[in-house]
Amino acid sequence: MRGRGGFLRAHTWLIYLFLYAPIAILVVFSFNKATQTAVWQGFTTEWYGSLVHNDLILTSVRNSLIVGVAATVVATVFGTLVALALGRYAFRGEGLTRNLLYLPIIIPEVVIGAALVTFFGVVGLRLSLVTVILAHVVFSVSYVAIVVRARLSGFDRSLEEAALDLGARPLQTFWRVTLPLILPGIVSGTLLVFTVSIDDYVITSFVAGVGATTLPLQIYSMLKVGVTPEVNAVSTLLLLLTVVLIVIAQRLQQPPPEGVRD
Amino acid sequence: MTIQNPKPKIQNRISPAYPLVLPTWIVLGVFFLLPLTILLVISFAQRGTYGSLKPIEDFAQYVRSGKILANYARSLHPIYLQIFWRSVWMAVVTTVLCLALSYPAAYYIAVVAPARRRNFLLGLAVVPFWTSFLIRTYAWMFLLRTEGLINRTLLSAGLISQPLELLYNNFAVLIGLVYGEIPFMILPLYASLEKLDLSLLEASADLGAPRSSTFRRVTVPLTMPGIVAGIILVFVPSLGQFIVSDLLGGARTILAGNLIQNQFAVARNKPFGSAVAFELTAAVLTLLFVYTVYTRKKGQDVLL
Repeated sequence: MRGRGGFLRAHTWLIYLFLYAPIAILVVFSFNKATQTAVWQGFTTEWYGSLVHNDLILTSVRNSLIVGVAATVVATVFGTLVALALGRYAFRGEGLTRNLLYLPIIIPEVVIGAALVTFFGVVGLRLSLVTVILAHVVFSVSYVAIVVRARLSGFDRSLEEAALDLGARPLQTFWRVTLPLILPGIVSGTLLVFTVSIDDYVITSFVAGVGATTLPLQIYSMLKVGVTPEVNAVSTLLLLLTVVLIVIAQRLQQPPPEGVRD
Repeated sequence: MTIQNPKPKIQNRISPAYPLVLPTWIVLGVFFLLPLTILLVISFAQRGTYGSLKPIEDFAQYVRSGKILANYARSLHPIYLQIFWRSVWMAVVTTVLCLALSYPAAYYIAVVAPARRRNFLLGLAVVPFWTSFLIRTYAWMFLLRTEGLINRTLLSAGLISQPLELLYNNFAVLIGLVYGEIPFMILPLYASLEKLDLSLLEASADLGAPRSSTFRRVTVPLTMPGIVAGIILVFVPSLGQFIVSDLLGGARTILAGNLIQNQFAVARNKPFGSAVAFELTAAVLTLLFVYTVYTRKKGQDVLL
């Protein structure tokens, strides 16, 4: 048993090495003095400094934040409402709603991007940040609905019933009992959706017009021209941001240990 | 602990659920289903000048002459069949490699590793799941390119005299796909293995079964739901992949996703691009339909 366990452990760590080493190398070389080659020529933070003066990157970061925040806010509200409906009511169209929510995650991004750009063309909506936000809301609603719904499945309805029995009005019960209990799920869904939005390249590349370049689009076009240490630096910052958000989201998703009360 | 909340029965009055689902129905109806419908309609049209659509003068004639299916017929040309075939086998190889690499790792995390380390090990698999796919793909571009770390290291070690052509081929695309999709395999496998009743493995061993047949006849069948979910989660996105093949692949590694994008962005043949998009969508939905039937039969819970 011990021998086999040792093999499995070594294998697992090799997989993690495979998963993390390329990212680690990318991060390390964002501090490399050399401009062209992957030869270490000394430590520098100069590439991070030059990012601050790169207007293209700054604009794209601003665009990404606008899109991310706007899409996340809309998707969080809509997605939470749907999750509540699916979690506690039986209604006609329930199955249909579930399937509808899966589709944006299942259908290849290229297809969704192509459909949206065609649609915007047909209805005469000029490509801009607005079209990017609309596109991001489409896939974000599904993510929020799934995460919040998962949280609701461990929800103790008797707490709500107790509040109602004690004379609280339904809306009061929602604000004072239901919402605080599902809030970790909502926040975690929000953070996940924000990361997905900040990272999205494929759909955005279809629906972003001139002047609506987001950070991934900017990074992509820099990659196509040539690999520079600046790309490594901006990638490192984006990675850092997403990892922080994900770790927080993960923490929130785990239900509190039983018996622990706030 | 899961609390079962019995849902009230469907009543004849209007359910309070409708105001809650209405905003999402509208958003997904207008900005998702309607665009897909338009795309489907366009897939039966013909390209006009400057990438617009050619007006149809006589619809009956258009149908009778078979022009209505011209884009779908064109997609069966050997050039395009070759692209579909490549997409499928790349997705198959990616899925097989991901499964072979992930199963032992998921087994270790869920069964062998000490319980207190489980969350940490699982967390290590989850983080890449959500981090930028674009940047994770770029990391391989950085390693594999002519001036990249691998070539540099091999050159300075004197193992090669010329940089190797590691990028822009099937090999690079496969590495990128496996790298990108592995977390999608580890997570469902873990979820399945975690529920595995270890006493069944002990029973099998006590009854004299060698380890290999316990694995084959007990462990694998019991974790089949996780295996199938992992296969779906890896195969489906691989089939529609765009970024990996665009960045790490070359002209000879075009996949279905790149073909679609190309028809919209470069070739300006939206009708043909739409037809290919629907073939891809049909393939994906068929796979998922089969999967849903499978999970229903096994009586498992679905995500929502």
